[in-house]
Amino acid sequence: MLKYVLSRLATFIPTFIGVTLISFAFIRVLPGDPIVVMAGERGITEERYAQLEQQFGFDRPIYVQFWDYFTGVLQGDLGNSFVTKRPVWDEFFSLFPATLELSVCAMIFAVALGLPAGVIAAVNRGKFFDRALMSTALVGYSMPIFWWALLLIIVFSGNLGWTPVSGRIDLLYYFPNATGFMLIDSIASGQDGAFVSALRHLLLPTIVLGTIPLAVIARQTRSAMLEVLGEDYIRTARAKGMSPGRINGIHALRNALIPVITVIGLSVGTLLAGAILTETIFSWPGIGKWMVDSIFRRDYPVVQGGLLLIAVMVMVVNLTVDMLYGIINPKIRKR
Amino acid sequence: MSLLRIRNLSVDFATASGKFRAVDSVDQDVDTGEILAIVGESGSGKSVSMLALMGLLPWTATVTADELTFDGHDLLKMDKRARRKIVGNDLAMIFQEPMSSLNPCFPVGWQIKESLRFHLGLNRAERHKRAIELFEQVGIPDPEKRLSVFPHQMSGGMNQRVMIAMAIACKPKLLIADEPTTALDVTIQAQILDLLTSLREETGMGLVLITHDMGVVAETAERVSVQYAGQKIEEQQVLPLFRKPHHPYTSALLDALPERATEKRLPTIPGVVPGQFDRPAGCLFSPRCKFANDKCRAENPPPLGEDLGKARCFYPLNTDERVAS
Repeated sequence: MLKYVLSRLATFIPTFIGVTLISFAFIRVLPGDPIVVMAGERGITEERYAQLEQQFGFDRPIYVQFWDYFTGVLQGDLGNSFVTKRPVWDEFFSLFPATLELSVCAMIFAVALGLPAGVIAAVNRGKFFDRALMSTALVGYSMPIFWWALLLIIVFSGNLGWTPVSGRIDLLYYFPNATGFMLIDSIASGQDGAFVSALRHLLLPTIVLGTIPLAVIARQTRSAMLEVLGEDYIRTARAKGMSPGRINGIHALRNALIPVITVIGLSVGTLLAGAILTETIFSWPGIGKWMVDSIFRRDYPVVQGGLLLIAVMVMVVNLTVDMLYGIINPKIRKR
Repeated sequence: MSLLRIRNLSVDFATASGKFRAVDSVDQDVDTGEILAIVGESGSGKSVSMLALMGLLPWTATVTADELTFDGHDLLKMDKRARRKIVGNDLAMIFQEPMSSLNPCFPVGWQIKESLRFHLGLNRAERHKRAIELFEQVGIPDPEKRLSVFPHQMSGGMNQRVMIAMAIACKPKLLIADEPTTALDVTIQAQILDLLTSLREETGMGLVLITHDMGVVAETAERVSVQYAGQKIEEQQVLPLFRKPHHPYTSALLDALPERATEKRLPTIPGVVPGQFDRPAGCLFSPRCKFANDKCRAENPPPLGEDLGKARCFYPLNTDERVAS
């Protein structure tokens, strides 16, 4: 198992270098000059421009700039934001809990509904529930996420007034950011109604962000279950007199989980990408919104550093998924 | 009163091109401690009839029968829940492909203990003890260690032993073995058959052996039922069947045995088992039968008497005078 982990880790290295290069190049390919953007409408003098150019190191050849950045990254230094002057690393991790909280909730939402829905659809193949569920899933998958978000805001916040439109918690509550996770902090603060308020703020973004993974997981679970239900060992389980619930829920699902786990792992990438839209719409103070703002400000260190950290995050999740395979499917464990 | 009693069992499959009759009015009896072999070519409905008994057919199948009783229980009138108490407990089955018949995601011990837990209600320690006993009984070396092994880590023969251990876990009264040795090589085949017959001696369970291997039949069975295209066409004790087959199909099957061949070329039965679309009007074997005449091709022969092996034939073989009816 250790050897397996190490060999997986080794594949990290080229991916990491590639991601560093791409994130570095990506923002520089975009038109727009960060110094000009920073100066704003007032404009900037030639001397001041040259001075700033030298200060940020833009006057040096591009490969020198990259080498500087890359060696910095290896030492854990992602540079400072042009705008706030704070280290990218600190900014990222002060905002990341908000995104993580939202993503985890969206994933729980997607898995908690998608898995059982897929199983029930597979067991009732071709019947009403199956058809209704699969067409709903297709709609969910194809729906533009911003449109879906606006729709939910109009209905639940606008017309019904059940949920707030934006933010993480009502302004009434204030407490220190102990963990950065609003659900945990609000309980820890002990203030009446704080947790409920945090939960209500989380509700719509969770649904919006979880919709696409939910649709993908439900469809994948269904097709994996259909395949597994035709296997000989399911017949064996039935020949042992096991109940349909036990056969579907344990004998079949455990086997069907292998492809589903892959999809869940891949969804994490989609989730972080989706978070950018969702966070922007709901003014959710996470890294998604932070990244979008930084792109508009041409804040090079933030964009390249943020992209790199997100990419590493996705790689770590996929590595975890690979580890999970081994636990769920003993055949993959090499020995 | 026999342990298993089947009367007029038919199974139809709904297919895209209409109904297909896989089992056609089959009668079958098995006594306690008896070994019955069901033989026939692929597609003769031998597995399907037993799967119908176990209730393991897919939803496309319709099972009808006049009588389906096992150990005094009327399986036709039973609801699914009550039937599950019998299936896997008193009535067990093992399958052709041991490698794919075990769940790849669970250790074999877990799969055996599951039956012990749900049918016998044993606690954890009792289950473990019984599982080790079962592994010893089916001849798996080092049972304690093997319990935690996954199916893909063992050979086909070992997996079939696990399947057998699982099937006999609750001391069944009847074990159905659906071509248990087909996927295994010849030396392992003999071991598995020996194991099944010796388990029969030890436990007194009835054994139904589904096979297409006449050699296996000769070695193990006591009574033989020959099936062709969904019908039971002959049934005799094993010795008389090999000596005096009454149905031309049985006779042709026996002639095709390599051990019996007298000429250089092995005799074969020309043609194939009729399928959904080429089902003959008269006797189902008539297109391939060398004795068939117009009557055979027009009418479906009813089973003859017990003395003629209930053969479904107008002109049974090996009789003193040919019965012309």
